[in-house]
Amino acid sequence: MDYLYAFLIGGAICVIAQVLIDKTKLAPAKIVVLFVTMGVLLTSVGVYQPLVEFAGAGATVPITGFGYSLAKGVENAVRQNGWLGIFTGGFTASAGGVAAAVFFGYIFSLISNPKMK
Amino acid sequence: MSINKSNYDEYVKKKTPNSPILKNCIKAFFVGGAICVIGQAITDLCIMLGAGMTEVKIITPIILIFLGSLLTGLGVYDKLGKHAGGGSIIPITGFANSIVSSAMEFKKEGYVMGVGAKMFTIAGPVIVYGVVASMIYGFIYWIVNIVF
Repeated sequence: MDYLYAFLIGGAICVIAQVLIDKTKLAPAKIVVLFVTMGVLLTSVGVYQPLVEFAGAGATVPITGFGYSLAKGVENAVRQNGWLGIFTGGFTASAGGVAAAVFFGYIFSLISNPKMK
Repeated sequence: MSINKSNYDEYVKKKTPNSPILKNCIKAFFVGGAICVIGQAITDLCIMLGAGMTEVKIITPIILIFLGSLLTGLGVYDKLGKHAGGGSIIPITGFANSIVSSAMEFKKEGYVMGVGAKMFTIAGPVIVYGVVASMIYGFIYWIVNIVF
């Protein structure tokens, strides 16, 4: 069942993006930015956490999940360290992903070249 | 047929292919859903191998980002993206794809101002808006915790 929910919710989030791409002609980059911000917003009002519990990777793998982990990170850090957590929480929670993106992104763009025009 | 504004609009409407939006959405749904299922499988596999919940939350995105970068380097992810649209852009693998594809494209501008700077053309704004939004939330959360 975990897999079915992950598939359905993850797929549905991507469909929302696809509708925005087709209907609004917004650049994909803007849609990704919008989704990350929505992830933070939905987490802050308490909507995204239940979705994560329900759909697992279906909610954490889409880029809204990046916003979720930033917001959760800040929340936990503020609880532990007070106002300093506002500054440290987001990057602490997302450090692994961001470092992996920088490192693998750099390495793979060094060793490969664009394949098509 | 004389062309005036109103029948020209009609003519254009008739000639433009049927809105492919439904087809696009179906593809986005299946590809996006499938990537999330792979993410779930990685999570379950890590737990089976004895990783704790905290570690798994870090390992899963790292592996997906690795796969997204690898498949972009091999030229596979962009082929997928042509069909899947939102289904390949929105998962975290698409975040890795945006980094590798912009970095590769600007390699000829050098390793610092080309690869180093341009790899963040799309990923940069995502990090900026994510971090700023989460800090605004953090500030509000901090105030609320003090007051109540």
